[in-house]
Amino acid sequence: MTRAFFALLARDLRLAVRLGGGGGMAVFFFLVVISLLPFGIGPDRELLAKVAPGMLWVALLLAALLTLDRLFQADYEDGSLDLLTMGLLPLELIVVAKALGHWLTTGLPLVVAAPLLGLMLNLPGEAYPPLILAMLAGTPALSFLGAIGAALTVGVRRGGLLASLLVMPFYVPVLIFGVGAADAATGGFAGEAGRQSLLLLGAVALASLVLGPLGGAAALRANLR
Amino acid sequence: MAGMNMISAAQRFHAYANPARFMALSARLLMPLAALTALLTGAGLWFALAASPPDYQQGETVRIMYVHVPSAWLAMMGYGVMAVASAVALIFRHPLADVCAKSAAPIGAAFTFLALLTGSLWGAPMWGTWWEWGDARLVSMLVLFFLYLGYMALWATIEEPVRAARAAAVLALVGSINLPVIRYSVVWWNTLHQPASVFRMDGPTIAPSMLLPLGLMGAGFTLLFVTLLLVRMRAEILRRRVRNLRLAQAGGAGEV
Amino acid sequence: MAEFFHMGGYALFVWPAYGAALLVAVALIWQSIADYRAQARLVETLEKAAGGRVRRAAHRQSGEDPS
Repeated sequence: MTRAFFALLARDLRLAVRLGGGGGMAVFFFLVVISLLPFGIGPDRELLAKVAPGMLWVALLLAALLTLDRLFQADYEDGSLDLLTMGLLPLELIVVAKALGHWLTTGLPLVVAAPLLGLMLNLPGEAYPPLILAMLAGTPALSFLGAIGAALTVGVRRGGLLASLLVMPFYVPVLIFGVGAADAATGGFAGEAGRQSLLLLGAVALASLVLGPLGGAAALRANLR
Repeated sequence: MAGMNMISAAQRFHAYANPARFMALSARLLMPLAALTALLTGAGLWFALAASPPDYQQGETVRIMYVHVPSAWLAMMGYGVMAVASAVALIFRHPLADVCAKSAAPIGAAFTFLALLTGSLWGAPMWGTWWEWGDARLVSMLVLFFLYLGYMALWATIEEPVRAARAAAVLALVGSINLPVIRYSVVWWNTLHQPASVFRMDGPTIAPSMLLPLGLMGAGFTLLFVTLLLVRMRAEILRRRVRNLRLAQAGGAGEV
Repeated sequence: MAEFFHMGGYALFVWPAYGAALLVAVALIWQSIADYRAQARLVETLEKAAGGRVRRAAHRQSGEDPS
């Protein structure tokens, strides 16, 4: 079972590397959104630095949403998802493998890109460690919660758009705690609030590691009968 | 003995769950329910608008509370009904449960919208702004509204009813697990950003003179919800019968 | 009477709130009843158009008593 799990994960990673698209596209989207921001609010460096953690989180979230439909849709269309569900691996573990693959190919590149984009927004130096830490803790939650939305809309016309709408409310806590943790250095909060929100973010991420596979598998069962 | 009891209880339960029985029972209930709704809401309106004193702090604006609070209550109760019905639909595969969940959603969404609108209208004179991000109740109500819209959109996009019912049920349950987390995160976010004294929607304390109009309006709105739920469930059952008739007709035409 | 409509200067906020509530309630009630009537009419015409055989089959599918 472990071997089947890692075989599936390796296959997803290989597909992502060979076909490109997903992760690279998300990073590109992230870059474009952050570059648009100064045009929207002006080149005031103080102001940009102040909104940078929040804007980086929002743009990252949108970029992650954009790639959700890749989670199951392609496998659904070519029939490999049906084959997978007939194999040894429980549906829950299939969702874990898929979400983990999504995080490695999309979430992680976005986290790597975030500090570079932070430079463009004049984010002060001491804000980087908490920002990166918060994003590392929070992006798995985006992938695992996103898996539920992707599974709910698999095989649905314009499923990607619907999946983003369904998942957006679930991302609210991730955004709030994520920005709370990253803002600690730049905003006026004491260190206590930052540490607290990082812990809460971790708790949300851990809960999503359970909820995502359970909900995702239930949704797949509903859609693949 | 206990097992026998369980079986007969399950049978009785199933008897009420049978769509034909439901249609007969709900047909008899509808008129009395509608009459009671009109009576309670009418009395509630009289007390809310005329026969209750203005608040010593908020003045006449307190009257908005008598529509805002019942709407907010129904917004939450609607989601509760939806979530419980979804759980029953998933676990017991009950034919009426997903009809109930689907029918509750638009009513709940409408009351959520009303709670947002009246909250905004109440906030404008109290806060001096139409929208206050500092009020956790209003902000969580907005997120609840999005959840309702997503749920309805999912029903609308998946064509096959059985599949749509199960997917929507999963979404409603995942949402009900997430709602407390969302609510907590919004409250936490508020305390970070808004330490200053903000007027809260629940007011300082509820004076006894407010309890009567609030109770009447709450009861009236709740009965309205139940009545509408029955009507919508009846329509939904008929919609499925139409679908089955059409399928049967198409099948019959194929045979001939 | 004028005082009643004046609402202590807050008429602009109180009356729209009640108006919106009325509007939402009326819209919901109207839409629910209209939908029910439309479905009931459809069932009637379909059952009339179809023979008894089809009707029985449809009832069997929806898990209902044909009576």
